[in-house]
Amino acid sequence: MSTTAVSPGAPLGGRAALTAKDVAVAAPLPDVMQPKRVRKGLFGYLMRHPNIAIGGFLLLLMVAIAVFAPFLWTKDPTALAPVMRTRNPSASAWFGTDMLGRDVYSRVLYGARVSLMVGFGVAFFASIIGLTIGLVSGFVRWADSIIMRIMDGLMSIPSILLAIALMALTRGSVGNVILAITIAEIPRVSRLVRGVVLSLREQPYVEAAIASGTRTPVIIWRHILPNTMAPMTVQATYICAAAMLIEAGLSFIGAGTPPIIPSWGNIMAEGRALWQVKPYIVFFPAIFLSITVLAVNLLGDGLRDSLDPRAAKRV
Amino acid sequence: MFAYIIRRILATIPVMAVVALFVFSLLYLAPGDPAAVIAGDQATPADVERIRAGLGLDRPFLVRFGEWTWNIIRGDLGVSIFTNLPVSRMIAQRIEPTLSLMVITLFLAVIIAVPMGVVAAWKSGGWIDRAVMAFAVLGFSVPVFVVGYVLAYYFALGLDWFPVQGYTPISQGFGPWLSNLVLPAVALSSAYIALIARITRATMLEVLQQDYIRTARAKGAGQRTILFLHALKNAAVPIVTVIGIGVALLIGGAVITESVFAIPGLGRLTIDAILRRDYPVIQGVVLLFSFVYVLVNLLIDLSYTLFDPRIRY
Amino acid sequence: MALLEVENLQTHFRTPDGGVNRAVDGLSFSVEAGETVAIVGESGCGKSVTSMSILRLIPEPPGQLAGAIRFQGKDLLKLSEREMRAIRGNDISMIFQEPMTSLNPVLSIGQQIGEALRLHQGLSKQEAEAKAVEMLTLVGIPAPAKRVREYPHQLSGGMRQRVMIAIALACNPKLLIADEPTTALDVTIQAQILDLMRDLKHRVGAAIVLITHDLGVVAEVAERVIVMYAGRKVEEAKVAELFRSPKHPYTQGLLGAVPKLGSSLDNETERLAEIPGLVPSLKEKIQGCVFASRCPKMTELCREVPPALEEKAPHHVAACHYAEREAIAA
Repeated sequence: MSTTAVSPGAPLGGRAALTAKDVAVAAPLPDVMQPKRVRKGLFGYLMRHPNIAIGGFLLLLMVAIAVFAPFLWTKDPTALAPVMRTRNPSASAWFGTDMLGRDVYSRVLYGARVSLMVGFGVAFFASIIGLTIGLVSGFVRWADSIIMRIMDGLMSIPSILLAIALMALTRGSVGNVILAITIAEIPRVSRLVRGVVLSLREQPYVEAAIASGTRTPVIIWRHILPNTMAPMTVQATYICAAAMLIEAGLSFIGAGTPPIIPSWGNIMAEGRALWQVKPYIVFFPAIFLSITVLAVNLLGDGLRDSLDPRAAKRV
Repeated sequence: MFAYIIRRILATIPVMAVVALFVFSLLYLAPGDPAAVIAGDQATPADVERIRAGLGLDRPFLVRFGEWTWNIIRGDLGVSIFTNLPVSRMIAQRIEPTLSLMVITLFLAVIIAVPMGVVAAWKSGGWIDRAVMAFAVLGFSVPVFVVGYVLAYYFALGLDWFPVQGYTPISQGFGPWLSNLVLPAVALSSAYIALIARITRATMLEVLQQDYIRTARAKGAGQRTILFLHALKNAAVPIVTVIGIGVALLIGGAVITESVFAIPGLGRLTIDAILRRDYPVIQGVVLLFSFVYVLVNLLIDLSYTLFDPRIRY
Repeated sequence: MALLEVENLQTHFRTPDGGVNRAVDGLSFSVEAGETVAIVGESGCGKSVTSMSILRLIPEPPGQLAGAIRFQGKDLLKLSEREMRAIRGNDISMIFQEPMTSLNPVLSIGQQIGEALRLHQGLSKQEAEAKAVEMLTLVGIPAPAKRVREYPHQLSGGMRQRVMIAIALACNPKLLIADEPTTALDVTIQAQILDLMRDLKHRVGAAIVLITHDLGVVAEVAERVIVMYAGRKVEEAKVAELFRSPKHPYTQGLLGAVPKLGSSLDNETERLAEIPGLVPSLKEKIQGCVFASRCPKMTELCREVPPALEEKAPHHVAACHYAEREAIAA
């Protein structure tokens, strides 16, 4: 028993007279573990979410590379120099040259522009359109089953095949690539938004708002959108990553960005024939692409853990 | 049960109808006039018109869609513009490598990813968990063709363990067939493993929190029994669902993997068709893959009852 | 030697924000063979954590245990996980609060009862099933041979709790820990389950640690009561003694009646519908008496000096500076 001193018991009713000397004092208990200090502020937040810190940093780096490509000691990425064909990486051509003598370093840096443009573009358009479709589906009962059947159908075509099929219809251009991948990704967003709408509609406060005659746009603005933002942001980052991979895949098999534009997929597609002897032509864009997609995925995981802990448990 | 299966099969009809409509619209909207292509350079406008009428291309959209659908149901996917061969025959010739690749990848991914996810959930927060999660995010991020090249560079060019490229039909021996498919399957499985491992981990984490796991522990059950008997069986439905959804990833990846490893499968057929704008072939492949995807997910739906006695049809 | 001796048990948890939750802090008690001891207290007072700690079912981390839990003289906290597994479900078993969620939905009733038997007694599949049928009969489930092949979702809540009891008693444990076994059930079913537990106790002869917040249940089944508050024991006595003359102001509050100060003079009692105030946060170290913030008798002394557990009457301890002491027979 953890008693240090047994003192005579307190006299009946003698409250005021008691002091620490008169009573049995419990022995102090040891600390089983020490509390840890948690840092506050942005730094602390980034320390607790290393995925956001690392992903965000790498992505910012890639954005900077894309924006400042002309100033990063690059040459014209499309300038041909047949004499300089397939030179290994060296001081004059850091990543070597391809079979047309173009500088791989410059092409890879400019290639960041295409990938990021496609990634961000698809994430943006798929979110906006998917949100609209999801809202309609969630609020307009008769439209719901039609829309969802269409979405089910689109989702049962693997997205890269869907994009391939759409690209086969059109001329290759960055805009068309964005359009094709956006169409392939819309069903994911609209299903997500519809799910959020349907579950929110069951919430008592939303039911109350509906019952009290609040107009639908007001309900959407006040209750639905704020609750959709977190999962949609997370979804958008994953779509961004997927879009960059699909763009690279399309370009790699010759169904994406026109070969004239240096995109990572195109550089790799051109290096394909030579990859056994000149692997660096494939290697450098592969590294850049992988890092960029990794950055976006890490950011997505971090945002999900931070914004949407419930979903974080799900996947 | 039987009634449920029928209902579930009927429910795939609208989905397949949407796919069919999409695919048909593709051909309908495709630039270029098949009649002009068939007629050739020497043809007069009247010739082209005659061929167009002969092909029935001058009839309304819905009529043509109906006829096209009917043909597909009978197994007629049309004729390749480029080779003049029936698309169904072209597909039949190319299906073995693709099917082999996908089946091996599926098998490989499931036997690796599920234990990985289970162990990660068990050791949640520890270094194994971190390694699994790091692998998972890498698997999602590194494109399949990059993984393919890296593997081919080290294990085929460098160590010479496997052939660099190509495909050997299974009829010429199991060994050669498998050795040609190991590297492509590993490359293709990376994203799929990542996907399955993540969902396995997440579902297991949730299941391991449940009261009945505590009951099992209170009975004195060992860790392995708890993980693989008590928990995994409860986590099975979400996991097999994602395995089914992931088949889309597998299909998309197979197209690209085949081109890295020069495997003469449906992926190569697709790529060749795109380069030649051979729309009937593109249509046929997209239809087939979507049908496989829908079918796989239908089977998975029906398999739920094997895992969970509460699900009764 | 007592069957179970818990000494200075501390079960602390790391909270997500880096702090420490002192869920159980310095708890000591013992249980004799065949005895029924109740642990009562409000939700969050650490009684469930205590029961989980005895079987070492607390995940570590985020939890951490200190002190000693001696079962038949062996300190369970010093055993390896493998040694612990041999005890769980065999020497010590447990019934949980939630019969609806405590059974595995995808395994048959027979499998779940048979599991402990196969683990600890090495029975074959057939023997385990036969024993499971026997156990189902024992806990009063009709048509046991049919039920044994069914799944939990096919049973009602009361039936499921009977199955839980069957699982717990399958290996004839020496100690049964029942964590709120009747809380989730309808009142009529509650009575049936309590009757069943009492009946089986006599037949099996196991000691029982009954965790509950329901004093009615305590009065019916237990011999001795431990009152917990904020992770600590604040009072302990024989059931009749505790109900007759609670010493700690918290127990008095729980029992619904607080004798007024100097009650010997005017004999008036004041009914207390509830104990005002909130249970203190266990995330901060409490300086004085844990009950001080809600205690009607609180003084400066209580805020500063933690009271030790003292014998206030024969076999009746309480941790309160102001609890009356009765003459203790030498």
